[in-house]
Amino acid sequence: MKLLVPVRRENRIVLGVAFFIAFVALWFLVTWSGAVPKHFLASPWQTLASGWDLFATQNFGHDVGMTIWRVVGGFLLAAVIAVPLGIAMGVYKPIEAFFEPFVSFARYLPASAFIPLLILWVGIGEAQKLTVIFIGCFFQLTLMITMIVSGTRRDLVEAAYTLGCKDTGVIRRVVLPGAAPDIAEALRQVLGLGWTYIIVAELIGASSGIGHMITDSQALMATDHIIAGIVVIGLVGLLSDLLFKKVNQQLFSWSLLR
Amino acid sequence: MSQLSIRDVSKIFPGHKRDTPPTQALLPVRLEVADNDFITVLGPSGCGKSTLLRLVAGLETPTTGEIRLDGTRIVGAGADRGVVFQSYTLFPWLNVRQNICFGLREKGMKLSQQREISDRFIAQVGLRGFEDHFPKQLSGGMQQRVAIARALANDPKILLLDEPFGALDNQTRVLMQELLLGIWEQAQKTVMFITHDIDEAIFMASRVVVFSARPGRIKAEVAVDFPHPRHYTIKTSPEFMALKARLTEEIRVEAIAADH
Repeated sequence: MKLLVPVRRENRIVLGVAFFIAFVALWFLVTWSGAVPKHFLASPWQTLASGWDLFATQNFGHDVGMTIWRVVGGFLLAAVIAVPLGIAMGVYKPIEAFFEPFVSFARYLPASAFIPLLILWVGIGEAQKLTVIFIGCFFQLTLMITMIVSGTRRDLVEAAYTLGCKDTGVIRRVVLPGAAPDIAEALRQVLGLGWTYIIVAELIGASSGIGHMITDSQALMATDHIIAGIVVIGLVGLLSDLLFKKVNQQLFSWSLLR
Repeated sequence: MSQLSIRDVSKIFPGHKRDTPPTQALLPVRLEVADNDFITVLGPSGCGKSTLLRLVAGLETPTTGEIRLDGTRIVGAGADRGVVFQSYTLFPWLNVRQNICFGLREKGMKLSQQREISDRFIAQVGLRGFEDHFPKQLSGGMQQRVAIARALANDPKILLLDEPFGALDNQTRVLMQELLLGIWEQAQKTVMFITHDIDEAIFMASRVVVFSARPGRIKAEVAVDFPHPRHYTIKTSPEFMALKARLTEEIRVEAIAADH
């Protein structure tokens, strides 16, 4: 192994898959040998079987769909406000000075701690789930976008001014295209954050969703269902992440040139 | 007519922190640049010559004095003064042609006309066949040629260049000097070129303005009377050598002063 030398593509895939296999093998070993009792940790095979059963007979697809819609809905609401606000904060420093201290403070407020309050305020319906995701994503996203836009190359801005741009032209033709790849990357990361909040939101006061299925299974000590649910979240998260990455690479191919 | 008139312009930068004193970058400078003149501003590093260019470009505001272009006072940057920077400032998300058309598009020019103008300048800087390349796919010298074309496509009254070839290797730099001079000889434009390279300053200029060490002021103005079109071989002529010896002496004194 040499420092910082990239791995060949095929080797990278082999190595990545190898760890998944090693992980599942270890999981199989501890359950098969009886080192961990069945009601604490279901075996891989049992998890797979109950995962299939969940989808086939218990309408788990509906739960997954609900969870995805909540994450994406809350995330989109956050993005629609955070992106323009972050851009405004990045380019206009008085706006940043006005909002930044509060946003920095709000970022550390744990979204899940708002759940009891939100149930009080907006009930246990969809609005509560969307709001949790919104709180979890919005402040983080705003700060990230502010930072990205603040990092706009000054020399490019100056070049645009000398080519006849006014302020709006500089924002539209230099700041936005320059920041777009990093903003897309920030959106991808924050969407991942949304997935960690949604389950907590669904653990309390939900009648559908992956989190709701997990709470129900806990009452029945069905660890196989819980693990299947967790794995499904991981897979859906990974899938959305890959999709996002692909779209970003397509849209901003210039930023990948070396 | 594109006459640049710099009248008693000075620049003081405020200190960065509360206790640091302000920096006098430029003592009052007086300079007239005639229409279609090619002047080079020569000086040691950090002497304020780039500050003077940024003032003319409108990227900085003078502390005292004023700058007029064709009698109009300069306030802020504008398309009438094209700038080529030392750092590579092509827009990385635009290809060569889109970069060259940047200012034309801002003016709202018709696409067919943009294409015609960019074609002309792409040919002039020798980049035919590279229209669809992105900046990162070009060498440093090619990027600076695009930057020159981008500035010229806007048809500015004056072209300002801030050590544009400073980051290039020696061979490329010499070729770029010939290219720029060739363009100037054809197009006739008022040019202000900042450099710390004595050969470069003499070879292209009709007048060399020598700057003192910081705080910058004009120390000497030297006319360069070689006829045009100039060939690179004049660099070995006795007249060129004599001029170089004289400027080397002027600059050497300032470099020593700057170092102490």
